[in-house]
Amino acid sequence: MSPQTADAIKRFLHAAGIVVVLVMILFPLYWMVAGSLKTQPELFAIPPHWTWAPTLDAYREAIADSGVLRALGNSLIVTLSAVALGLVVGVPAAYGIARYSFRGRREIWFWYVTNWMLVPVVVLIPFYLTAARLHMINNPLTLIAVYQIFIIPLVVWLMVDQFRSVPVALEEAAQLDGLNRFQIFLRISLPLVTPGLAVSAVLSGIFAWNDLLYAFILTPGDEVRTAPTIALSYLGGYTIPWPKVMATSTLVTAPVIIGGIAIHKYVARGLTMGAVK
Amino acid sequence: MSDPDKLPLLPPARRSFLEKAAPWLFIAPSLLLLLAIGLYPMIYTVYNSLQNFVMGMGPPVFNGGTNYITAITSQNFQNSVLRTLVLLVITLPVELVLGMMIALALDSQHSPFLRRLLQICLVIPIAITPAVIGLLTQLMFNEQLGVINYLLGRIGISPVDWLGSPTSAFATVVCVQIWEWTPFVALVLSAALSTVPPEVDEAALLETERWWPRFSAIRLPFMLPGITAALVFQTAFTMKAFDMIYAIQKGGPGSATEVAIIHIERLAFRGFDIGVASAQSILMLVLSIVLARTYIRLFYREVDG
Repeated sequence: MSPQTADAIKRFLHAAGIVVVLVMILFPLYWMVAGSLKTQPELFAIPPHWTWAPTLDAYREAIADSGVLRALGNSLIVTLSAVALGLVVGVPAAYGIARYSFRGRREIWFWYVTNWMLVPVVVLIPFYLTAARLHMINNPLTLIAVYQIFIIPLVVWLMVDQFRSVPVALEEAAQLDGLNRFQIFLRISLPLVTPGLAVSAVLSGIFAWNDLLYAFILTPGDEVRTAPTIALSYLGGYTIPWPKVMATSTLVTAPVIIGGIAIHKYVARGLTMGAVK
Repeated sequence: MSDPDKLPLLPPARRSFLEKAAPWLFIAPSLLLLLAIGLYPMIYTVYNSLQNFVMGMGPPVFNGGTNYITAITSQNFQNSVLRTLVLLVITLPVELVLGMMIALALDSQHSPFLRRLLQICLVIPIAITPAVIGLLTQLMFNEQLGVINYLLGRIGISPVDWLGSPTSAFATVVCVQIWEWTPFVALVLSAALSTVPPEVDEAALLETERWWPRFSAIRLPFMLPGITAALVFQTAFTMKAFDMIYAIQKGGPGSATEVAIIHIERLAFRGFDIGVASAQSILMLVLSIVLARTYIRLFYREVDG
């Protein structure tokens, strides 16, 4: 075999391998969207129909079902509020950790990371008991609070990284101009890290939006349940309206898939708390 | 883990009270919030784990460590922990090997467009709602009407009752778990691979043309921190797995896919036994900490030094 042929084979295998992985990743997604555009008999046709007259009936059904829209709205409110709270408390913390040396800094930092890896039931059971005592079950505020367990570590980690990249000289110059630390933080550093703010907002938003376990236990009520919970709620019935389930699933996953793609460069680094570059 | 002590710092300025308090003022809001929602619940769980506490059966009563004995000797808990560990032991090596292959494919010079596309698409299984993955699994792995069995039929494999029998239901969870998390491992390993200095790689190429010695002797050592990170975080994600598995069939059929978190959730919120469920949560917490520390010891000694 000539070196050219060997190289051509190598190129082909490389491309073929990538295509296989792409198909494995995208096929379930295709199946979900395709299913949402089919009727029930079409969805279960064997052999499957690879071409069909798409119908939006399933989406009409899903949207007509007030529960779905309400759940999407609830998820939106909870996610936006939880992310906003996480940013408001997490970003200054990141600045403090990035720019100061003080006793306990290392311990605080590791403790934040530990919270990201925590087994959720350790927090869920006491949260449930406390919320029940305070009549806070089925209150979105409870979810907004409990999500800080993973949002704060994500935000703090990503933002420490961002503040590190702001040149210290810039802040020293501001210091000479008579600005105090808080003014420097707000007027000099914060505007320079807006891209990082967007990334940490999206990344932590994805995890808040996707959560099933906490929402399932803490906000089970019809009025307050979130998108992942509503997607599961159809399963109780005798016949499952699969096109409607797939339409709901598509609506639920569209924001997180778009958000994930927008920040794909930062996902590995964010989820491992900076253990990799 | 990134070391906060290596960060560039602002030089100490005028030593006013405000200056000295500044770091704590920056950190205090998040610290107080995490103390309230992270530390306090954990202490509360430890406290509950020492009580005879069944919801609706009167006030909790201190009972020494009895709950821990009940927890450890519970056949159902043992099985659910074992299932979690089996899931971990099967999926982790597969995810590492597949993830490494994907990372190496991304590192090559060929097909730039496909590589770029793959880099973007890898984020999809990580970002997609796990509960929806569970629903899709129910649909696609259906015995008679699912597309998986149809495709297998095309290559001559007779239909598998994926969700019906205990063994195949567990196998389904394994497959879906690998689908969901291999991309994460691939992204982490790909990032680790990019830390190998190109000049070292090139020097090695002069030494030997063969791929394996170059990979194992040159690249792998550089990748160890990344591999450790992939192991530690992937183990944490597997230990706390709930959403996807619950959405497939709530731990069923029977208890075939009832992993530890599903078991504890059921005991606490269906069985109302807060005391024993709390003890089991603490045991799971200890187990995940022990596993994480073991990996770091084994693969990444410098961290401890």
